[in-house]
Amino acid sequence: MATSFSATLPLHGSQENRLLLPPIRLAPPPSSFLGFTRSLTIPSSRRLYHAHAARRSPVVGVQEVVKEKKVTNSLLITKEEGLVLYEDMILGRSFEDMCAQMYYRGKMFGFVHLYNGQEAVSTGFIKLLTQSDSVVSTYRDHVHALSKGVSARAVMSELFGKVTGCCRGQGGSMHMFSKEHNMLGGFAFIGEGIPVATGAAFTSKYKREVLKQDCEDVTVAFFGDGTCNNGQFYECLNMAALYKLPIIFVVENNLWAIGMSHLRSTSDPEIWKKGPAFGMPGVHVDGMDVLKVREVAKEAVTRARRGEGPTLVECETYRFRGHSLADPDELRDAAEKAKYAARDPITALKKYLVENKLASEGELKTIEKKIDELVEEAVEFADASPQPGRSQLLENVFADPKGFGIGPDGRYRCEDPKFTQGTAQV
Amino acid sequence: MWGILGRRAVDGGFSASSLRRMRSGLVSARSYAAGSKEMTVRDALNSAIDEEMSADPKVFVMGEEVGQYQGAYKITKGLLEKYGPERVYDTPITEAGFTGIGVGAAYAGLKPVVEFMTFNFSMQAIDHIINSAAKSNYMSAGQINVPIVFRGPNGAAAGVGAQHSQCYAAWYASVPGLKVLAPYSAEDARGLLKAAIRDPDPVVFLENELLYGESFPISEEALDSSFCLPIGKAKIEREGKDVTITTFSKMVGFALKAAEKLAEEGISAEVINLRSIRPLDRATINASVRKTSRLVTVEEGFPQHGVCAEICASVVEESFSYLDAPVERIAGADVPMPYAANLERLALPQVEDIVRAAKRACFRSK
Repeated sequence: MATSFSATLPLHGSQENRLLLPPIRLAPPPSSFLGFTRSLTIPSSRRLYHAHAARRSPVVGVQEVVKEKKVTNSLLITKEEGLVLYEDMILGRSFEDMCAQMYYRGKMFGFVHLYNGQEAVSTGFIKLLTQSDSVVSTYRDHVHALSKGVSARAVMSELFGKVTGCCRGQGGSMHMFSKEHNMLGGFAFIGEGIPVATGAAFTSKYKREVLKQDCEDVTVAFFGDGTCNNGQFYECLNMAALYKLPIIFVVENNLWAIGMSHLRSTSDPEIWKKGPAFGMPGVHVDGMDVLKVREVAKEAVTRARRGEGPTLVECETYRFRGHSLADPDELRDAAEKAKYAARDPITALKKYLVENKLASEGELKTIEKKIDELVEEAVEFADASPQPGRSQLLENVFADPKGFGIGPDGRYRCEDPKFTQGTAQV
Repeated sequence: MWGILGRRAVDGGFSASSLRRMRSGLVSARSYAAGSKEMTVRDALNSAIDEEMSADPKVFVMGEEVGQYQGAYKITKGLLEKYGPERVYDTPITEAGFTGIGVGAAYAGLKPVVEFMTFNFSMQAIDHIINSAAKSNYMSAGQINVPIVFRGPNGAAAGVGAQHSQCYAAWYASVPGLKVLAPYSAEDARGLLKAAIRDPDPVVFLENELLYGESFPISEEALDSSFCLPIGKAKIEREGKDVTITTFSKMVGFALKAAEKLAEEGISAEVINLRSIRPLDRATINASVRKTSRLVTVEEGFPQHGVCAEICASVVEESFSYLDAPVERIAGADVPMPYAANLERLALPQVEDIVRAAKRACFRSK
């Protein structure tokens, strides 16, 4: 049940309210930018904060640069870019809808967390990355894997627990790994992916500075609003800023952590503010609009590639379904859901493309059909794939299989022929 | 009965010469005998990390106070000066954060050596050691391996209290996907740490603070920069035929002293230094028990669900018919470590406890 506090904070509406804030570099922009604004009474601590900001070394606010750029362009994307974005978001949506169907038919099992409604964040960021850039996610990782390039077949098979899955059926819904596409997981513990992502960014910097390799890879870490109350988040904000790592921390603030409202669990619900506290820009963006997300992402990624360090981006978004397929989703207000459903990112992009004559309805329909077929085919492929063999149980525990030690006959266990057949005693 | 009589006669005949051998061995093990080199465990660890860092630029060290402070226990002394701040990182006090960063760096291909000031602090980072390091190779079906080493002092020191004295061998050794090593001597420390750093899997390297300053003889072979000990192989420190004593880390020293005391009374004890807790060298342990028919396992940690429990289970499962006596377990007391010096002595296994247990196993308790 939403508290009365949430009713007074117009977090999801009122696009036209200005922030009662002097134009500090690190604050969210005035409403001429496409970013989200809301009205709040500003406590007097702002003034103190202002003084701090002036004293600190100049951390350039992302919005400033983007605002300037926007004035010269009339359209934010080209036709090709638009179609790529549209296709990616449709893929994400269709895939997740199909997951729900398959779950209720018993083909998928365990914990399945769907991404419906949040596609703009994944597409907005990941479509700007190269193959060698890394992405680290949470348990809500199907769409991040798909956007990064893992094939729908591989993800669907993984969810069915088949050997043709991206992790041969050993990871599952919450652990999507792909070395080829640098999708570094898929973590079930919230906050667990943030230090791992920071480590991947650390490696980019290490490769450049110590190994003297040409490395411009950035890492994008996706996590939710609930994670922002976890200690590891702050530890990594500190170290990423301290070591100036090429990482972008993307908060998918969908306002709910299972049934815990963000406002009930957080002393200061504005997560973007926590970036400047650690010496990095904090940006708030409307996560239901893929173009806005993309603009912010462009700047954040460029900053990281130039070696200017991390950025914290808070995307205000919403998940249309429950936390997982097992969540009855009773605590969320129907009115709130309806409000966000009206801001569906796919519908918004479609409207933009059609109104700005970048694509016709027919072209978009073709894309939708193509994706539908792709997802259907992925399901058929997954259905037809075999389950993992018995011998796979003991495989891949160690990269060096001698890690199973020495058997009773004095030889390494992995050399025992029964080991590969899955019948050895370990 | 004939076996016991026979043993007494045999022991009576051998004990004098075996004592002589032991005494001369004792002299060379503990003093500056002409020609043999000695090395402290601290220097052994330092040289191992140094050599591995110079051999492979992907190896780097990370932890609290490892750089400018030269290491909380001086294990990483001189490394900052030699390799610079890009390879020796002084981290803030953020175990979960920097352990995770180490794991992420290992995902991406580097080889971190993460130091915990003591393994007690690793509890703040245990999620990363287990969930993102140990399980990753399996969850990703071999795509992402994690060549990381987590090292630091483990177990009780002297008077450091309950929160700084726990032994984590049993906890980490129960997790598939981790390798857990516990060196005793300088040679163990060098060989096992080098093997750990070169290993493509996550390794938990449990040192002991009280052993850091102890000197051990070290062979020329062990000083070579490519020296490595195999992971998963135990070492028989002292051969014997009456009772098998298995142990690891600091307790190996105690077991050896106990073996000398037992030898004076005619019991020949075989002391096995486990070296590797996971994978456990069950083959060596069982072969030894089948030879001696008696087992005493010793460890410093808490008794329930400990390493000793696992060894006992393994021996009962595989060598039951060879056992002539119930297996004996010597572990730390089932209490959080007290501070008072006399209570601390009572809470940890001492040489007398091991001697008593061995005699019980040989049906000669007083």
